[in-house]
Amino acid sequence: MLDPPMASADVSNPLQVAIVGSGPGGFYAAEALLRRRPDARVDMFDRLPTPFGLVRGGVAPDHPKIKQVCLVYEKIARSPNFAFFGNVKIGRDLTIGELRSAYHVIILACGASADRRLGIAGEDLAGSHTATEFVGWYNGQPDYRDRVFDFSTDRAVIIGQGNVAGDVARILATPVDDLRRTDIAEHALAALEHSRIRDIYVIGRRGPGQIKFTPVELKELGQVRNCAAIVAAQDLELGSVCQAEIADQRSDEAKKNVDVLRGFAAAASCGKDGGGSSGRRIWFRFLETPLRIAGPGRVESVTLAKNRMEGPPFAQVAVATSQTLDLRCGLLFRSVGYKGVAISGVNFDERAGIIPNRKGRCMAGEEPIPGLYVTGWIKRGPSGVIGTNRADSVETVEAIVEDLGAMRPAPKAGAAGLRDALGAAGMRAVSYAEWQKIDVAERSRGQPRGKPREKFTAVAEMIGALDAVVTPAA
Amino acid sequence: MTIVVTDNCRMCRFTECVSVCPVACFHADDDMVYIDNDVCIDCRACIPVCPVKAILAEEDLSEAQAHWVEVNAEKSRALPVIEEKQPQLPTAEARRAELGY
Repeated sequence: MLDPPMASADVSNPLQVAIVGSGPGGFYAAEALLRRRPDARVDMFDRLPTPFGLVRGGVAPDHPKIKQVCLVYEKIARSPNFAFFGNVKIGRDLTIGELRSAYHVIILACGASADRRLGIAGEDLAGSHTATEFVGWYNGQPDYRDRVFDFSTDRAVIIGQGNVAGDVARILATPVDDLRRTDIAEHALAALEHSRIRDIYVIGRRGPGQIKFTPVELKELGQVRNCAAIVAAQDLELGSVCQAEIADQRSDEAKKNVDVLRGFAAAASCGKDGGGSSGRRIWFRFLETPLRIAGPGRVESVTLAKNRMEGPPFAQVAVATSQTLDLRCGLLFRSVGYKGVAISGVNFDERAGIIPNRKGRCMAGEEPIPGLYVTGWIKRGPSGVIGTNRADSVETVEAIVEDLGAMRPAPKAGAAGLRDALGAAGMRAVSYAEWQKIDVAERSRGQPRGKPREKFTAVAEMIGALDAVVTPAA
Repeated sequence: MTIVVTDNCRMCRFTECVSVCPVACFHADDDMVYIDNDVCIDCRACIPVCPVKAILAEEDLSEAQAHWVEVNAEKSRALPVIEEKQPQLPTAEARRAELGY
C-alpha cells in the first residue's frame, strides 16, 4: 500500500530493505541502495555466521589479493543504516512471508549454490565429486568440511574448462608447501600433504578457442611449481570457423587463451616439461564429452566421446562422434556450472537455475511481484567475475528506485518486526560486530602458522568463539 | 601486476570499467580515467568491458605505452575517485569510430 508522494526522507519511516545473502551481489546492492535512498535501512541476512559469500568460500586460498575486495564490503557494513544477521537461513529460520511483512523491499542475493549434473551413469560413484564440494572443502566452508577425497590415486580428471575447474586443477597441482601460508583450511592442508596425484586432466567438450578460463587464470596453470601444463600441438591446429572466431574483435579473451595454450605447447616441445620426474602434469584435453563413469564401487575410469564442432562462428556446438576412449582415473570432479536453489515461496526457473526476473524484478508470469527483487547469480546465472555483480546490483537498485518513485510506503517494522522469530529457541543470529570478533579470532589462530587466518569450519566453533570472547576472564 | 588505462580512453568516458570495478579504483579528469593500483585488486573485470580497449595489464603494454603506468599512478593520486558510471562524452562515438571499434 502506497501513501501520497512525500518530498523528504522521514527518519521515523525509513525504507526497510532486507537483502538475503552477503556475497558480492548482496553487498553491492546494499551500497547502491544506501547511495540512492539515504532514507533506507538495510538488513542483510546470511545462512552462515560469516559474510562475503564466495569471496570467503569460493575464491582460492592462493588468490589473496582478490580477497581484499572485502575491505569494500567492510566499509559498506560500517554504514549506520546497515545491519547484518548471520546464521539466519531464509526458508528455514524465517519465511519469505515473514520478511515481506517486515520489509518494504526484499532483494534475494543468495547466489547459485548447487552444481549442474552431467546426467551420466556413474556420476555418484565414490571418487566422483562436484567442484563445489572440493572448493568448499579447501576453503573451510562448513557445509563441506567433512567431505573426504581420495588423493591416494595418481590420476584426477576434471570435467569443465572454466575458472572453477582451473582452481581445482591448480590446488591439486600445487606443491603443498606453497599453500601453507595461505588461508586454506587446515584439514585440506593435512590431506593434500599426502596427495599422490601426478596427472590432472582438464577436459572440455569444445575446442581451445571456446574454453571459459580467463586468460590470467589459464596462464597461472602454467606457473605452478614443479608442474608442467601440457597441450598437444595438433589440438591447437584450429579449423577455419574457430580461426574466424579468434580473428574477431570480440574475441580478445579467446585469442589470449589460445596464445597461452600455444605457449604451453611450445614449452613442452622444447623439453621444458617443468614437472620433472618428481613433478605433476596438467593435461588440457579438448572436444571430449564424458559418456559414463565406471568402476565397481568407486571411480576407475571415465569413457569420453570425441566431438567435432559444427555451425557458424560464435554459434558452434560440440557434436559427439562415434569415436570413444576410456581414461583411467581414481578421482573425478565435475565443474560444468552452478545453478541456483529454489526458495520456498518464490517462483523458480528449474531449467535455468535462476529466479525469473526482469532487470531484477521478480516475475510471476508476466507480472512483477511487488517488493521482491533479485541480484547476482540467482538473477543472471553463474557468470562473470566479482565486479560483474556490481553493475548487476546497480541495475536491480535502479529498478527498485524507479518502482518506488516518489511514493512513500506505509511504515514497516524492519528487524524489530522479526524480534519474536529471531529470538525463538535455537536461533542465534550473529551481528556484524560479532562477525568482526570471529574475524579477529581467525586471524590470531592463523598467526602462529604464518597464515593470514585459520578459518573456523563449523558453525558451532564460530558461535563458541563468540561465547569465549564475551566470557570475562576469571 | 599493474593494470592501467591508456590513451584510447581519451575523449570517450564510456566508464563501463567503473560499473564493474569491485573496489572503486578509478579516478577521472576531464579527459580520461586512471586506475589507482594501490586499491586495484587485479581482478581484470574492466579489461574486456572497455569498448575501446583502453585498459591493459602492464605485461601487455608496448614500449610506447610503458609510461602509462606512471601516469595512472600520479593522476589517480591527485584526482577524485568515481564510483558510478558517468555519461559518455559527446565525442565518445566519434572517438570509438576513429579507433576502429
